[in-house]
Amino acid sequence: MKTLALLVVVITGAMLIYAGQDLPPFGDPNTDMYQHRMTQYFIENSKTESGVPNIVTALLANYRGYDTLGETTVIFTAGMAVMLLLRRRER
Amino acid sequence: MSRIQESVIIRTVVRIMVPFIELFALYVIMHGAGGPGGGFQGGVIFGAAIILYAMIYGIAEGKQKMSDALDRILASTGLTIYAGTGLLCLFFGGMFLQYGAVPLIPNDPATVSKYLIDLVEIGIGTTVAAIMISLFFDVSPPESEEGELPEELPDHEGVDG
Repeated sequence: MKTLALLVVVITGAMLIYAGQDLPPFGDPNTDMYQHRMTQYFIENSKTESGVPNIVTALLANYRGYDTLGETTVIFTAGMAVMLLLRRRER
Repeated sequence: MSRIQESVIIRTVVRIMVPFIELFALYVIMHGAGGPGGGFQGGVIFGAAIILYAMIYGIAEGKQKMSDALDRILASTGLTIYAGTGLLCLFFGGMFLQYGAVPLIPNDPATVSKYLIDLVEIGIGTTVAAIMISLFFDVSPPESEEGELPEELPDHEGVDG
């Protein structure tokens, strides 16, 4: 069983390293990701539209604030579900 | 009580460090708008401070700092702050979570947005911290709740160093 687990880990790791070769170079401004017009829009307008200098926060809390509300709800629901399942004590 | 929990050095260091870890957590939450950080990260750091305290001083002592009732209230309060901010924007005629619609400062939607983003980050941090602490208490052994742990085994013959 341990050998099988080790095999699975090694194969997965090898696949990830192989797939990692296709990633664009780190910080290269000529990749598709940086050339996309949404990226250009956020870099140019996030400070004036949302008032925060951190583009990550502007995206997280302003442009996709609805999604972050969902994420917080997921964490809340998960915590409450674990509490319901594990705190079933005789009382 | 384990040997680690009895150690004077560890107990003193934890007692000194916990307020600073909590302060750092608040800094990370409030710094989310200006640099690296945010509600999720700061909430986890705040939860870790309380968890560290409960690990060293015992579950019962930890629950005196953060009771189950307070924990549950804080978890839902954080989410309410977030959703309430969104509803506040609806109330003033904007879209859901359109922060600029709130007329906090006239003719300056960007600054209003900045402050409401901070408010939202506080909400996220409150929920995440409370849930982290709740998860730790969920998996902690129930017998240590009474404060009296089971007696140590009388002989330590099998234990070397």
